[in-house]
Amino acid sequence: MNTQKIHWFKFSSPQNFYFLAGRMWPWFAVLATVLAAVALWIGLVMAPVDAQQGQGYRIIFVHVPAASLSMFVYLVMAGWAGFGLAFNTRLSGMMASALAPTGAILAFLSLATGSLWGKPMWGTWWVWDARLTSSLILLFLYLGFIALQSSIDDPRRADKASAVLALVGAVNIPIIYGSVYWWNTLHQGASVTVKGASIAPAMLWGMGLMTAAFWMYAITMTLVRVRAIILDRERHAEWVKHAVE
Amino acid sequence: MQWNNWNEFLAMGGYAQYVWPAFGLTALAVVIEVIQVRAKRREVLRSLHAQFESEKGDSQ
Repeated sequence: MNTQKIHWFKFSSPQNFYFLAGRMWPWFAVLATVLAAVALWIGLVMAPVDAQQGQGYRIIFVHVPAASLSMFVYLVMAGWAGFGLAFNTRLSGMMASALAPTGAILAFLSLATGSLWGKPMWGTWWVWDARLTSSLILLFLYLGFIALQSSIDDPRRADKASAVLALVGAVNIPIIYGSVYWWNTLHQGASVTVKGASIAPAMLWGMGLMTAAFWMYAITMTLVRVRAIILDRERHAEWVKHAVE
Repeated sequence: MQWNNWNEFLAMGGYAQYVWPAFGLTALAVVIEVIQVRAKRREVLRSLHAQFESEKGDSQ
């Protein structure tokens, strides 16, 4: 067993994380691009037509990654916010702020692509069922988090207030996830579960690789954004002066 | 390969008006977010340089 100690806490200082993030984001950007290109090829060109939904089902290749990531990014954001609230670490609040805009964009894409899928398949752009309504609430939670942060001038106080909002809002995530099972919704259940998939292998690959691409993309955007936030909030530290000159 | 020619691909079996906007919106969101994070970094750097300039002025 490798017992070499890694000094994880070294990276929890904004200064060290700034440089670490700067070295990491280009790799995630390359991975996101390559994965997205392969996933697009599989999803749009290789995957077979769906027996019930024809070619219209291909919206799944952007809808499912956006929707699943919009939920996961929220959990990560709430996790960072809660960690910052509990341990008063500086980087935590910056990470939560860096994740929020990406999460909001993903939540918007989940609703927009879902709407474009709902029209031909259900005959309506929107219906107030449990899955759609809870997904709309998720978008509002992201927007509320961003608005609350920008409305408080002192960043540390803004972190604390918005952390409470993020933690309370986290209860919405299991509701979104469970909505298709607990209530009678127009939205279909999951095509892929731990017990296996109910779709063709090429469809599964296209969806899986695109989800991985979205992950890498979200990480890239968060790292680049958190670097700007770190510089902004640590502007009176000596290292910032050396870093930008 | 599921398609015999470009037109068939672009028609998406009659679902073109739904499939392409879904992919197009996603691509547009990516472009907008990339522009936004780059603009944010530039804005922070600009305000930092302004701050350093004024600090230099104060110490002299």
